[in-house]
Amino acid sequence: MDAGRSETVVTNDTEADRRSERELVVTRVFDGPARIVFDAWTEPELLMRWWAPKSFGITFLSCEADVRPGGTYRFVFGHPDSEEPMAFVGRYLEVEPPSRLVWTNEESEDGAVTTLTFEERDGKTHLMLRDLYPSKEALDEAVASGSTNAYPEQFDELDVLLKSLQ
Amino acid sequence: MVQFNAQPVDASFAALSDATRRGVLVRLARKDASITELADTFRMTLTGIKKHVSVLEQAGLVVTEKVGRVRTCRLGDSRLEKEAAWIERYRQLWAARFDELDNVVEELMQKEKARGRRKK
Repeated sequence: MDAGRSETVVTNDTEADRRSERELVVTRVFDGPARIVFDAWTEPELLMRWWAPKSFGITFLSCEADVRPGGTYRFVFGHPDSEEPMAFVGRYLEVEPPSRLVWTNEESEDGAVTTLTFEERDGKTHLMLRDLYPSKEALDEAVASGSTNAYPEQFDELDVLLKSLQ
Repeated sequence: MVQFNAQPVDASFAALSDATRRGVLVRLARKDASITELADTFRMTLTGIKKHVSVLEQAGLVVTEKVGRVRTCRLGDSRLEKEAAWIERYRQLWAARFDELDNVVEELMQKEKARGRRKK
């Protein structure tokens, strides 16, 4: 788990920080050009292949995404612990291939606005994802709820279970 | 309202710079654990895991209590360590997604190559 981690070298590690009172920032480097990474975020059939990681036990049921400014999206998931599927809904605010994508998260009133930037350097894409909450309280609330990004806590437990069964 | 003071954040920052220590927090967010259990989970020696727990304890992120011969570790009570554990889970979710996204990117690049780089 601790192998070769370094703070200065560019790696493919996923980093996450609370960058300010109301924002979370996730960064990751991908071995491919920005236009390809951008496609993987904006074409529903591609998005469905990675958004619900198998290791988290989530099943993607449907994915509708009208990727243009003002267009809406609706991602529906199922998981073994819940009879009710869960939906992520919102609107795209900015769509600038292949460098920038902004959308709202409207599952709750205090949902974040997510900004993605794709910066290509030497054939690699430096991705930055920023979740900006409407207020410090809204982010505090999200943290206090224990649920990461609207996923129920059970997923974490299930993840551990699945790993132990492998 | 709980304040998000700069000082404890700085103090805990060094403690959280290590992946094993972040893992320990995530583990303890689920359930209290003894030093021995943590050593098993992270496949480390007792001495090794004790060092990590000690750093977390000094940063105020973890509280330990010795009962008989067993030292039990738990997450501290303040918001800060709960937040650190939450952010680590959030990171793990994205990391899992991005690991799968790597495969999609690789496949798309191979397809593009096969098409003879018609695009740039």
